[in-house]
Amino acid sequence: MGVLLAGCGSNSASSSKKSSSSSNVKITAVGSTALQPLVEQAASDYQKDNSKVNISVQGGGSGTGLSQVQEGAVTIGNSDIFAEQQSGIKANKLVDHKVAVVGMTPVVNKGVGVKNLTMAQLKGIFTGKYKNWKQVGGKDLKINVVNRVSGSGTRATFEGAVLEGAKAIKTQEQDSNGTVQKIVSTTPGTISYLAFSYVNSKIEAPSVNNVKPTDQNVENNKWKIWSYEHMYTKGQPNAATKKFLNYMNSSKVQDSLVQKLGYISIHDMKVQKNASGAVTTK
Amino acid sequence: MNSKAANNVATGVIYLLVTAVVGILIFLLGYILITGVPHVSIHFITSAAESFRAGGGIRDQLFNSLYLLVLTLIISFPIALGSGIYLSEYAPHNWFTGLIRTAIEVLSSLPSVVVGLFGYLLFVIKFNLGFSILAGAIALTFFNLPLLTRSIEESLEDVPNLQREAGLSLGLSRWKTITGIVFPAALPGILTGIILSAGRVFGEAAALIYTAGQSAPTVSYTNWNPFSAASFLNPMRPAETLAVHIWKVNTEGVTPDALQISSGASAVLIVVILLFNLAARFLGNWAFKKMTAAK
Amino acid sequence: MEGIKSETEDKLKMDGIKKELRNPSKATHQDYFGKAISYICITLVGCLVLSILYFITTRGVATFTENHVNLWAFLSGTNWNPGMLDSHGQPEVGALPMIVTSFCVTVLAALVATPFALGVALFMTEISPQKGTRFLQPVIELLVGIPSVVYGFIGLSVIVPLIRHAFGGTGFGILAGTIVLFVMVLPTITSLSIDSIRSVPMYYRSASLALGATRWQTIHKVVLRAATPGILTAIIFGMARAFGEALAVQMVIGNATLMPHGLLTPSSTLTSQLTTGIGNTTMGTLPNNALWSLALILLLMSLVFNVLVRFIGKRGSMKNEFKSCK
Repeated sequence: MGVLLAGCGSNSASSSKKSSSSSNVKITAVGSTALQPLVEQAASDYQKDNSKVNISVQGGGSGTGLSQVQEGAVTIGNSDIFAEQQSGIKANKLVDHKVAVVGMTPVVNKGVGVKNLTMAQLKGIFTGKYKNWKQVGGKDLKINVVNRVSGSGTRATFEGAVLEGAKAIKTQEQDSNGTVQKIVSTTPGTISYLAFSYVNSKIEAPSVNNVKPTDQNVENNKWKIWSYEHMYTKGQPNAATKKFLNYMNSSKVQDSLVQKLGYISIHDMKVQKNASGAVTTK
Repeated sequence: MNSKAANNVATGVIYLLVTAVVGILIFLLGYILITGVPHVSIHFITSAAESFRAGGGIRDQLFNSLYLLVLTLIISFPIALGSGIYLSEYAPHNWFTGLIRTAIEVLSSLPSVVVGLFGYLLFVIKFNLGFSILAGAIALTFFNLPLLTRSIEESLEDVPNLQREAGLSLGLSRWKTITGIVFPAALPGILTGIILSAGRVFGEAAALIYTAGQSAPTVSYTNWNPFSAASFLNPMRPAETLAVHIWKVNTEGVTPDALQISSGASAVLIVVILLFNLAARFLGNWAFKKMTAAK
Repeated sequence: MEGIKSETEDKLKMDGIKKELRNPSKATHQDYFGKAISYICITLVGCLVLSILYFITTRGVATFTENHVNLWAFLSGTNWNPGMLDSHGQPEVGALPMIVTSFCVTVLAALVATPFALGVALFMTEISPQKGTRFLQPVIELLVGIPSVVYGFIGLSVIVPLIRHAFGGTGFGILAGTIVLFVMVLPTITSLSIDSIRSVPMYYRSASLALGATRWQTIHKVVLRAATPGILTAIIFGMARAFGEALAVQMVIGNATLMPHGLLTPSSTLTSQLTTGIGNTTMGTLPNNALWSLALILLLMSLVFNVLVRFIGKRGSMKNEFKSCK
């Protein structure tokens, strides 16, 4: 089955190359559900001016996006994490196009009585060292940890920044921002983490080491928990795909759409991060 | 306790159970409708979805759900009918028939995400259908077939053998007996099966995420050429259905009115299914009267 | 001469009749045609089933053949973390917690739902067919169409807090999953039970009532007995739906890969693990293969259930025949 799939994958890749020279171009982007709204909206704006390009944007998860673009079955693989971080992906075959930055923050149920956590406390909570909010300066209430699904981009980013290699306790795992938001807002004593855009008035986002989770703090790396949104292509993209990726990177998208959807513009970043998590100033 | 008392107690228990179930149903429907109906408006049903602004509608998703249902039934009903006829009229009572039945029942217990991925790898990628309504309809056929086949078979078997014998003794071929006598008599039961499976098609999300896709490109409702990419009839375009939209809005929606959209869409879904049920029932009665001598 | 002529005429006539008798008539052709169609359909269904079974099996087996995971370790281990290696350098792929939870949730949901489903089915067939068909049936059919995600969200916003207030804890767990699944399988079990109870011939009931049996005695001793195989099938279909359900259960069960310590602790089913993990893993790697192995287990479990219940159904129906003979 795998051989057949791989075979057909290369077929469709070559056919998409062929079609780029003809009038109608089809671009398929598959992967991260978190990135999907941004790409979808940008694609529909883009197609208004470029009616000959047909862009289809689908979800399916970062893992699906990366493995499908690697097989050549889709044009673009959307991912929340670096290809290097995903096992089974040959990152050197893929070309990374970073299109946005997403900040993530721990969120707690209102009523745990904590406004600030240190990084060590946060680590302690997620590794099971602290069991009660009393231990970290809050009320006498049991801590209920809701983690994200292992392998998801959000979890990889959070664990990379907070746990420093320690193993998280076994606990509830949820895979979508919406569900986590709902669980945290309704379950007393719950802590989890979300992308900035999902923080609303029903939940609380405490400061970490007295740094508030804001876009500005991410841009200068005072806030450590953030990651890129990637759009990967297999090898260098063809002309039409490249044009679309350039559009994603243009100030038209970066300065309005990206911010409207709760992401941080690539252009505003004062630092950059590589796949192993090392941060350097731009 | 004498048998009279037992009878009364049992009847009471049955009434109690029915009341409980009705209570649950009323609560569920009430919950969905009360939270949802205030958000439903003409604007909501007739405008396109927004990806991050408030005020988006569900026009395309609603149409996609209906179109997908029609396509799925077009594909799965003939197959299910044929298989149902085989199982009820021709199949010998042996281990092989048992094996087929077991296989069909196992098929219905597969998690939708598995069927979705199977459909993705086979139809979307290998057969090069792309994310399309057609791929979604084929994936949904997998869900539809077991339930549909089963209910068609049951409805056919419910037709008394007397009717078959009457047909055969009049010199009709077996096939004519089935199509002319048994099938019309079984029609109401078959329709119930279709309605039940249609409900499943309307409500399915996980299998469609990987096959029909979860984005709804703008389509033109005036373009009637099913081969044009912009036409609403094109079965090769990606299509987000209402259930997928509800799922997407709930899990990753960033619009400020995500909750309202999800409850409004759920209410619309329920109302559409209700309308569909009524229409199918009406049609079934009409067809039954038309095709048989029953008054 | 004349004799010979008439003989040949007769022969010709006989030949015509012979031909007509020997060659298939139009009706026979129709019959062949119809039979062929129905055979083609069943073959097609068979192929579909086979292809998906083959697909899941080849992928599910890869964990053991390509990644060399010990089958027993997979089935009896309690640590699930396919991306990580344990202290012995073996991948942590213990699926037991999920197997146990899936089993518990499914069986409990079916157990709870069956009396309710039978109550409704009996009401609609034996007690008040007219009212039942007019009001209950459309509503039951309506319930099938509510998307799982809506059930999940109602569970999350109503059932989970309710359990939390009543029993403490977080509210997530097998109990919440059972309640949500109970409602989800109710329509399936009910409508299939109705079918099988309806197909019990009327004269069974008439005979029983004529013997002076009360309605309940008739239902209990005659109708339900005769409908047992059908009802069992209804329960299998209900359990099958519960087995395969993912989106709704995933929201209320807590989704923690821990051995369940009761009905109130968060745990994870095979499907919820499968659904949450599959998009985040790469095809061909161990974490992905391990998820397909979960799908394979799911398949085998429902197969076992199926065969088991079929066997019980057969025994049950045979006993009935014996009894009715007496």
